[in-house]
Amino acid sequence: MNWDWSAVADFTPRFWDGLLVTLQVLVLGSLIAFTLGLVWAAGFRAGSRLVRWPVHVVTEFIRTTPLLVQLFFLFFVLPEWGVQFSALTTGTLAIGLHYSTYTAQVYRAGIDAVPAGQWEAATALSLPAHRTWLTVILPQALRRIAPALGNYVIAMLKDTPLLAGISVLEMLQQSRLESAETFQYTEPLTVVGVAFVLIAYPASLLVRTLERRLAH
Amino acid sequence: MTAGLWQNWILPGIWITIQLLAGSAALGALVAFTVGMARTHRSPAVRFLAGLYTEVFRGVSALILMFWLFFVLPPLIGWQLVPMWAAILALGLSYGAYGAEIVRGGLNAVPVAQREAGVALSFTPWQRMRHVMLPQAVPEMIPSFCNLLIELLKGTALVSLLGVGDVSFAAYLVRLATQQSAGIYTVTLVIYALLALVVTRSMKAWEKKAKAGLGVGVK
Repeated sequence: MNWDWSAVADFTPRFWDGLLVTLQVLVLGSLIAFTLGLVWAAGFRAGSRLVRWPVHVVTEFIRTTPLLVQLFFLFFVLPEWGVQFSALTTGTLAIGLHYSTYTAQVYRAGIDAVPAGQWEAATALSLPAHRTWLTVILPQALRRIAPALGNYVIAMLKDTPLLAGISVLEMLQQSRLESAETFQYTEPLTVVGVAFVLIAYPASLLVRTLERRLAH
Repeated sequence: MTAGLWQNWILPGIWITIQLLAGSAALGALVAFTVGMARTHRSPAVRFLAGLYTEVFRGVSALILMFWLFFVLPPLIGWQLVPMWAAILALGLSYGAYGAEIVRGGLNAVPVAQREAGVALSFTPWQRMRHVMLPQAVPEMIPSFCNLLIELLKGTALVSLLGVGDVSFAAYLVRLATQQSAGIYTVTLVIYALLALVVTRSMKAWEKKAKAGLGVGVK
């Protein structure tokens, strides 16, 4: 079987549509993961064991179960409970929720790495809790964890094809639709695979540069 | 859920998931150690090829690779892979690339003096690897391998999209048969969480044993 460039050309419009959806999921999913992760991380540090323990169990459960099954769970079970979301919304929520449990661990490590003297200084200056967090702890923690968060964004990018399982029109699903119409499987799928490497590799170089910059 | 559904779909599904995990973990470990050790090889060409492998297979999504092995490779090379093998190959190759980074990191963390001592004793590179580097590096790699194994376990769910009858696929069939989703998907998630717990516990036990052999405690 030979490589057919005209099939690549035919696939191009769909490819761009798919790429747009993939990036949309990635951006919105990252925002959810970053914010929700912070909520979990705050839960890890809560004073009461009644908060810490459930947060720990829930995040551990989400982190050790497959995203694909979580996608199906949200996609099929939410409507049974009377919540109707589009496939795209469900997918974005699921991926954001899944990765929030990873970013929570990253935040936790970052916050733990802030020297105890900083906390003590904030207490000595009798800063209110929100000032302590927003102006003392988080700016120092975020600097350390930016590369780790970047790595999880790349991991999220590589998990977006899973959304094809619930018929979101991202790159993989677009290539499947194209193949179903034209019976050409080689070109669309290969284009999508190459696209992932072309996006993920420069992104990982970027993260590595960031890591080197922030280390000093 | 009736007993029939458990007996005919879910339990065999769990067994398939375990087989997939074992198969791709074995292949992944082979790839990880081969590529990871190649990245510390003295020839730049070998190091470059190993680096290229890691970047490509870490860059491409495991699901895309699986589809590619399943739909694109057969017409190109003229033979078809059984879905189960395509799945194990895709999972092993891509998670092996992540593992290679762990192996590289572990080998780099061994103090340089140890390698130099191996040179001073005129060990061959292979003897140095086998008797000096690996015994010290492997126990340090175990926690990272444990995380990767959990990722791999979650990755096995992807095969259900190719129609391999793992526990996720069984959940899909049960949903179609019973027209109810909440129960079966909750059960499926719990099954994965329990499998993950077993993996974590066994890796912890192994880590403890391996580090005891080195005279290092586990944190």
